Amino acid sequence: MVITKNDVLKVVDKIVEVIKENKEYLTELDAAIGDADHGINLDRGFDAVKQKLTTLPETTDIGTILKTLGMTLVSTVGGASGPLYGTAFMRAGQVVQGKNELYEEDIVKIFEAALDGIKQRGKAEAGDKTMIDSIEPAYKALKDSLENNIALPEALNRAANAAKEGMEYTKNISARKGRASYLGERSIGHLDPGATSAYLMIKSFSDVVNLS
Amino acid sequence: MVGIVLVSHSRKIVEGIYELASQMTGGKVPIGVAGGTQDGRLGTDATEIMEEIKKVDDGEGVVVLVDIGSAVMSAQMAIELLGEEYEGKVKIADAPLVEGAIAASVEASIGSGFDKVLLVAEEAKKLNKL
Ligand SMILES: Nc1ncnc2c1ncn2[C@@H]1O[C@H](COP(=O)(O)OP(=O)(O)O)[C@@H](O)[C@H]1O
Ligand SMILES: [Mg+2]
Repeated sequence: MVITKNDVLKVVDKIVEVIKENKEYLTELDAAIGDADHGINLDRGFDAVKQKLTTLPETTDIGTILKTLGMTLVSTVGGASGPLYGTAFMRAGQVVQGKNELYEEDIVKIFEAALDGIKQRGKAEAGDKTMIDSIEPAYKALKDSLENNIALPEALNRAANAAKEGMEYTKNISARKGRASYLGERSIGHLDPGATSAYLMIKSFSDVVNLS
Repeated sequence: MVGIVLVSHSRKIVEGIYELASQMTGGKVPIGVAGGTQDGRLGTDATEIMEEIKKVDDGEGVVVLVDIGSAVMSAQMAIELLGEEYEGKVKIADAPLVEGAIAASVEASIGSGFDKVLLVAEEAKKLNKL
């Protein structure tokens, strides 16, 4: 299956929309274990992304689109999720530089580069109660599914389900990275805001591909 | 002269420290401040940090002081964005922001080199207060 540049732009639009719909929810989650700004941060960031992408020439390739997206988040989000998601999208852009179409192996590379970028930037691992807890299982599910010749839409659907499980798991563990780590054990019982926004983004990707 | 860049989530914090440090150095040391987002929220912006580093650099290097959370990640990102030209010439001091900024500024003002200014900033975390 091929993912076109137009599909990528549709996914970005969907993420912008879903983040906006969940702005208050994400901010409430951050109010419980952080500083009550995650939804606001990301909404500002993705609003700026939407603006910025309209200024790119028609001929812009997918790699450049993703890198521009990342750079825009870095300079507009404000919170830790800015450099983290910024790095993720910039690294993802690097591995598909110059491409106008993506295939299964490119999608795996994108997830891998994004995950590695976040880990390098924030020095967190799975189990630290961060966005990694949804992204890493999603990446593994996607890779496994594709290796077992499952079609991309279903593989993405499985990735989104794995991200959801990972997100829900963050409720049971205590934070070891980021602002919530100041609360330690008292962060147990709350979903991690970043794991939730990461799930929403992966779900958006899956939804767009499954509907087209 | 070695330059200094101060990074916090809060613009007021870095402006306040800027005032303190400038007073102690008679305004001799180039000190950049990066704090808050462009639209006035609390937060950090890697591109702002990068611009401030460029602004205060006169070739002798820049020591960056940060507070917590995304300040560290944004500063690291800024240094990466600066690229090879600045490699090894810009470093984040593993130091408390206020004490490190004062120590580093004073050290820079007496003409010390990059490594010395960085070291003195990092030693500020060992400072006993009582
Ligand atoms: N070091 C880290 N590595 C990975 N993710 C992190 C790290 N620090 C924070 N996060 C993620 O960022 C989210 C918080 O984002 P946000 O509220 O925008 O930033 P801030 O904590 O600076 O206010 C957390 O819920 C967590 O998922
Ligand atoms: Mg927050």
